[in-house]
Amino acid sequence: MNYHWNWGIFLEQVKGGDETYLNWLFTGLGWTLAVAISAWLIALSIGIGIGTLRTAPNKGLAWFAATWVELFRNVPLLVQMFLWFFVVPELLPREWSLWVKQDLPAKEFITATLCLGLFTSARVAEQVRAGIQSLSRGQTMAGLAVGFTLTQTYRYVILPMAFRIIIPPLTSEFMNIFKNSSVAFAIGVMELTFQARQMQEDSEQGIETYLAVTVLYFICAFIANRGMAFLEQRTRVPGFIASAK
Amino acid sequence: MIEINNISKWYGQFQVLADCSTRIAKGEVVVVCGPSGSGKSTLIKCVNGLESFEQGDVIVDGTSVGSPTTILSKLRSRVGMVFQHFELFPHMSITENLTIGQIKVLGRSKDEALQRGLKLLDRVGLRSQAEKFPGQLSGGQQQRVAIARALAMDPICMLFDEPTSALDPEMINEVLDVMVELANEGMTMMVVTHEMGFARKVAHRVIFMDHGRIVEDATKDDFFGTPRSERAQLFLSKILSH
Repeated sequence: MNYHWNWGIFLEQVKGGDETYLNWLFTGLGWTLAVAISAWLIALSIGIGIGTLRTAPNKGLAWFAATWVELFRNVPLLVQMFLWFFVVPELLPREWSLWVKQDLPAKEFITATLCLGLFTSARVAEQVRAGIQSLSRGQTMAGLAVGFTLTQTYRYVILPMAFRIIIPPLTSEFMNIFKNSSVAFAIGVMELTFQARQMQEDSEQGIETYLAVTVLYFICAFIANRGMAFLEQRTRVPGFIASAK
Repeated sequence: MIEINNISKWYGQFQVLADCSTRIAKGEVVVVCGPSGSGKSTLIKCVNGLESFEQGDVIVDGTSVGSPTTILSKLRSRVGMVFQHFELFPHMSITENLTIGQIKVLGRSKDEALQRGLKLLDRVGLRSQAEKFPGQLSGGQQQRVAIARALAMDPICMLFDEPTSALDPEMINEVLDVMVELANEGMTMMVVTHEMGFARKVAHRVIFMDHGRIVEDATKDDFFGTPRSERAQLFLSKILSH
């Protein structure tokens, strides 16, 4: 291989600037974390609501929730990014449309976060639903029999157990959101992948660049994984085996 | 106390309850038995509205269960229920299982709820298990906690849906003992069970169901002595023969 290795490249100044390539990557990492974590908060709060509604006795609400899931799950994430960025603003009333296009601060970041959050909310919702449905119907009955309303039954009886059960698949989802945030580069968010491309073009040291980025993504996902494992251990129910209903 | 008036229920085309009627007076202990699929569990769940029904009505202490204006959660908080599979809340300690209903539904203070819960735990002989979790107890112990959980709400009557069917044989008696004691204290009880020994000991009346119908509704002595329907005779001969 006729490649000129240069691991020192990260500490070199970027062309025509006064910062190092490492600075670029860390700035990118910052945006990656910001997009991923904000999107995760959106995904969790909406996903819990939609997933719960999918199990609701009210047919209308259950239908609404099912539609939500299908809508965000059946279209590729990249296409959704473009839809939110290019199409949705055009569909808004004229003044809103202008405001979004001209005045919305950090427009790319907000669009990407919203898009990734909603996309992931559908996936979280499916896991929440699966968790709820894995509990026996007797648990709901027991909650109701004590005198809880249906809402209280969900809050005190069903959801606390459902969450514990779905921590492993939610862990994958939490890791995915860091990796999926890379799609945000397509609409110009200066996150890690965006910065990597920029560094590759600027420095012509593509291999070092992408290896470094790989390590950074890996570390993010790994920390997410460890965090969730800690949560799983902390919320473990004594004497409860996940497979026993 | 409990009036069941001509209730019928269908799952699609299939009729699970057909024109069932009976009354349970205050302090009465009524055992409901019958082959599986006869509708006994469905009937008992109609009493506190856990199952809906299409025709007829159930009146509990003057409140109509089928009426759309009835707040079912209120009614249920006054009717204790014990399930076949215990259904304790697995993520809560035994103490929390006993107090959460008192606190969230009845509005009792934590201290008051705890005192009441521990007293009942004492009564079912499980005071030493207060800080454990349901998964750490045996089936019989869990069912005794479930009875205590229902009693903690100071119910006006108790419903038991096959409380010993999921238990190992050696644990059945510890649960039945608690139930016998409760019956002797004058609690109004409706008990779906195959434990004919329990029925003989404490029941006032026995209801026999088959194919969604109440086939026989007789005093204990009449039921065991001279069951009128052929179906009940056959059922009794099968479960009493060994």
